Amino acid sequence: MIDLLTMAVATADLPLGITEGGSWFLRNAWLIPLLPALSFVTILFFGKRMPRGGSELGIAVLGIAFILSILTAAAWVDHRDNYHGEEVHASVVAVDHGEAGDHAEAGHGGGHAEPSLAVVSTVTWFQTGGVEFSVGTLVDGPAVMMLLVVTLVSLLVHIYSTEYVHDDRRYTHYFAFLSLFSASMLMLVLSENTLQLLTSWELVGVCSFALIGHWWEEKPNSDAALKAFLTNRVGDMGLIVGVSILFFIVGSALPDRFGSFSIAETNALAAAGMLPHTALLVAACCLMAAVMSKSGQFFLHTWLPDAMAGPTPVSALIHAATMVVAGVFMIARLYGVFFSGLSIGGSSINLMAVVGGVTTLVGASLAFVQRDIKKVLAYSTISQLGYMVMALGVGAWTAAMFHLFTHAFFKACLFLGSGSAAHAVHSFDMKSDMGGLRKVMPHTYKTFVIGSIALAGLPPFAGFWSKDEILAGTGGWGLLGGTGGNGAYTLMLVMGMVTAAMTAAYMTRCVYLTFHGEYRGHGDPHESGPRIIVPLWILASLAMVAGLLNLPSGFQLAPESLQERFGHFVEPVAGYFPTITHATPSWSLAIVSTLVVLAGVAVAGRYYFGRVEAASAAAGQSLTELPDGITTRSALARRGHTLLSNKYYLDHLYTGIIAGGTKGPVAAAAYRVNQNVIDRTVDLAGETAVSAGRFVYDKIDQVVVDGIVNASGRVSSDTGEELRKIQSGRVQDYAAILFAAATVLAGILIVIV
Amino acid sequence: MYLNQFLLLSAALFAIGVYGVLARRNGVLVLMSIELILNAVNINLVAFAAFGNQLAGEVFALFVIAVAAAEVGVGLAMILLLYRNRKSIDLTQIDLMRG
Repeated sequence: MIDLLTMAVATADLPLGITEGGSWFLRNAWLIPLLPALSFVTILFFGKRMPRGGSELGIAVLGIAFILSILTAAAWVDHRDNYHGEEVHASVVAVDHGEAGDHAEAGHGGGHAEPSLAVVSTVTWFQTGGVEFSVGTLVDGPAVMMLLVVTLVSLLVHIYSTEYVHDDRRYTHYFAFLSLFSASMLMLVLSENTLQLLTSWELVGVCSFALIGHWWEEKPNSDAALKAFLTNRVGDMGLIVGVSILFFIVGSALPDRFGSFSIAETNALAAAGMLPHTALLVAACCLMAAVMSKSGQFFLHTWLPDAMAGPTPVSALIHAATMVVAGVFMIARLYGVFFSGLSIGGSSINLMAVVGGVTTLVGASLAFVQRDIKKVLAYSTISQLGYMVMALGVGAWTAAMFHLFTHAFFKACLFLGSGSAAHAVHSFDMKSDMGGLRKVMPHTYKTFVIGSIALAGLPPFAGFWSKDEILAGTGGWGLLGGTGGNGAYTLMLVMGMVTAAMTAAYMTRCVYLTFHGEYRGHGDPHESGPRIIVPLWILASLAMVAGLLNLPSGFQLAPESLQERFGHFVEPVAGYFPTITHATPSWSLAIVSTLVVLAGVAVAGRYYFGRVEAASAAAGQSLTELPDGITTRSALARRGHTLLSNKYYLDHLYTGIIAGGTKGPVAAAAYRVNQNVIDRTVDLAGETAVSAGRFVYDKIDQVVVDGIVNASGRVSSDTGEELRKIQSGRVQDYAAILFAAATVLAGILIVIV
Repeated sequence: MYLNQFLLLSAALFAIGVYGVLARRNGVLVLMSIELILNAVNINLVAFAAFGNQLAGEVFALFVIAVAAAEVGVGLAMILLLYRNRKSIDLTQIDLMRG
């Protein structure tokens, strides 16, 4: 017989999948965030005295950081396959939860045979109450991938900005904050523990606030900055609560520790099934709130379109390529927690997949009705972030990371391209101030079209490969053998397909309105300079070829040694990562999704390039929509358009002006309910409150509370008046009091002792 | 030789010092009285050390002497500045902090 008591307190060894060895670059990755942090301080204090206002320092430092990142990536590629050093183990309390054991025994088969070891290096920050708070770096596949993305996009944005904001009144301040942002974001991706993650999470939020409000003299800009910051605060509460829950439940599983912030330990314990499932579920839901605010998920996404008030390079860097994916990255980082907490494997629906799926549809539909080119891209970003969260929700981890990677390039390219166009016409309004720019801005036009195709997801551009991998990863495809995966998420597949068609259509609209037809604005636009064009072309070429990094293994498009390289090097196969099942790519799915995208392009193309073009020729001026289009003929379509123009009334809902939505029948009904039911309840409550308040005011407030307050005030005033005399200002009087008190105390001491 | 002889001497010095601090109006004399108090303490420390056969008390006394020197340096500098500004070192007239 096994003694139950000894079993409950027995300790076991859990391999964490991390090592403290590895090459110099992997152990010293902290240098990469440190460099921009130093340049932030230097630019802030000495930037104004530098010949180019500090921008040269920012560019140089980001250049060095980018080179370091490449070297780190090279070291990681070698380390991933060839390192066989010692693995760190944690001793854990081996409580028998029943089925908990076989999770850990399942191993990490899932396609990759060779395990990877992440490189961890930490130092103790401070120690209090027996808990050690450390800072350090956790260098593994996703961290290295993010290092490359952040440093490259940040470097290009720095170069682009020198032209875009070249005579700005806060030029130095702008570059200082770009440096601080880069430093915080790099620290976030390297975070070894959740506390460090939380700190840098807040830091990037602060930088986002400062940069959105860069031109704060205009009220809408500072409002947008505040909105972004406050909306993010909502989710940050979830992050703090989630991190605290994880801290304590991990502590309960470690025999000699009170708690732990370590990401590797948290994930390893969660993946091994050693943490209580309910606590993990609650923690995962709290962390989802943080993801929803930071990564613009429905229904906390409303700050992201407003954040376009900031300078365009900032939007490209912060609100497209890096900061907004912090939420996605956080899920990927704590995937053990989410995978177990939300029971992603073997399910067909869960919170994360639904939030992502709804977001991707909401974002794509709202992108249709925007006049502002940056807002089209902002909603498109929301939609693509939804794609990534949905992919993580269905268990397609590698696909989500790959989409993050490709999206960073083509969306930064699109944003910078829109900035280039807006720089030339001094406006962001596509309908009144753009059109026909392809003739005067050939480079911007070409790179923007490349970015659009990559975003729409046509082969062989980057977006196709990552989008197709996500669709396959849903596991919802049933034709010709299906794709496998972690569950049958058919709903998510449908959402993804619909979004793909909508994405293609709204990007066609955006390209037409900006670059085709005739110029509708004022002045004489001309192509931007080389500091804008060169970054555009670099990003556009990456948008073309980045997809080839992760060629699907089932298609035999390339020799086996070139297939799924991204997945091989980025996806951890280690103790701190859950065992996920990989979907197999499907030709039939790829063909159908391509056809869906082409259908989206065809519908929008026929409308804009066919009928609107013809109507423009007939009217003799450049039109942006048909004068007798579907929204003027069909009431239903008009209502739909109104609903979309008002962003699903979410802003109204949030600001409390529900009456603003009376144009639609739903809103009218809501208005009646509002007037008759809610208002009456509110009125009644108000009247009750008023009479209760009057009673309270007359009797309790005036007599009791005021009496007490006045009395206490009078007493303290009188006492003060008397005590004032003691403070004579003469040092000898004080000395006398001191000695008298000492004498009295000595007397008491003698009497007592 | 008894310990209480030293303690009485020390108590007398201390009392004189306290009287000086409280009653003198001249800033320099107040500083000197503080020196008396500190040295009363020193006598106590050394006496207890000598009778208790411990070296610690004497070491402490050395520290007190060093600190007292520093304190007098600061105190005299303050009084010098006071004199330059107000042409007087009468402590009863210095009551700017009066409540």
